[in-house]
Amino acid sequence: MHNFQFVRPTSIKDAIRELESDEAQALGGGQTLLPTMKARLAAPEKLVSLLAIPELRGVRLDGDVLWVGGATTHAVVARDGAQAFPGLARLAGQIGDPAVRNRGTLGGSLANNDPSACYPAALLATGATVVTNAREIAADDFFDGMFGTALDEGEIISAVRFPIPQASAYSKMPQPASRFALVGAFVAKYPDGVRVAITGASEEGVFRWSQAEAALSADFSENALRGLSIEPEGMIADIHGAADYRAHLCAVMTRRAVAGAI
Amino acid sequence: MVRVAMTLNGNQVSGDVEERTLLVEFLRGPLAMTGTHVGCETSQCGACVVHVDDMAVKACTMLAVEADGACVTTIEGMAGPDGTLHPVQEAFREHHGLQCGFCTPGMVMSAVALLKENPKPTEAQVREYLEGNICRCTGYHNIVKAIMAASGQLAGADSARPGVIDA
Repeated sequence: MHNFQFVRPTSIKDAIRELESDEAQALGGGQTLLPTMKARLAAPEKLVSLLAIPELRGVRLDGDVLWVGGATTHAVVARDGAQAFPGLARLAGQIGDPAVRNRGTLGGSLANNDPSACYPAALLATGATVVTNAREIAADDFFDGMFGTALDEGEIISAVRFPIPQASAYSKMPQPASRFALVGAFVAKYPDGVRVAITGASEEGVFRWSQAEAALSADFSENALRGLSIEPEGMIADIHGAADYRAHLCAVMTRRAVAGAI
Repeated sequence: MVRVAMTLNGNQVSGDVEERTLLVEFLRGPLAMTGTHVGCETSQCGACVVHVDDMAVKACTMLAVEADGACVTTIEGMAGPDGTLHPVQEAFREHHGLQCGFCTPGMVMSAVALLKENPKPTEAQVREYLEGNICRCTGYHNIVKAIMAASGQLAGADSARPGVIDA
């Protein structure tokens, strides 16, 4: 790892100022960024830790919306979100392992947009809103292909607002070494319809499965998914799973999520 | 270089480190606390698990500067001042919860964190909690058994100790 300057501002304003310099990089819990830097795939000149900014941390119930601060760890979401939004809390409780969940943050995961990360599925399936220091971005507009997002240089995810569904669940087939999703499906049922988002499968990153959404909106049951499938074309193919296997898992994980929705 | 100060196993410690210094490097190098092991350095294996402000973290995937001002506990801080083993350490000894011992510091630190969160875990919960701790001797059975025993849930512990020969 190349050396860098390290700063730990205590307000969003100070963090934005620190991020203005060239080659500065925001740091959440570092569970992806630090391994990336060790492998010299990233070499920022300055790391700006966001963990000492109180307004970026915590989970709050705000009517029928769950507000989660950008620097909130997965462990805290799993614990403090459990009552209001069990589907999201259970997703957070399946990320990595306990020690990783004590460091990794919601904002860090989203800003990185790993095509196999779990959180993007929750945002897309709930139609969540990403709140940054500058604006609000709908989940449908936030994710932009593998490792790509709508975030501008130096923009910080201050929070995410999740509309709480009537019922939801996340079902994931973990890749056992990395514990990322080989394929994960998040299903969320609202009074005006059902949304389904799939992570880990597509070369384009997280996506909505509109065919399943239409079927489940008409009939929220496993039966409604019978006969529906996703084409292997465009699916990720690697040593962990072929494209047709991932395509198959999309349907299986969606079915399991519907069966487990709470 | 930057000054880092922390409470380590109840003692005030400090040192000057490069910003890129990992917490585990700071512990094992300048502080000479070599009980915390480095297995993979890619946050897979869990041999480097320590507690930072009472939370289990992988010390290979945290910077020393991030632990500035924190309370850090390592395996060296588990036993009492007179050398009395922590109940989890004692259970590992009693139930043969280690073979080569390389993963043991991380296993013990994870187990202590688990029992603090969940004093009476099921065996399945123990196994799930240890997902980020790898034992390449594959001695998981007795590790899980030791943790169940440390939580006071192993019925007839003395009569069921495969692998332990009573002298």
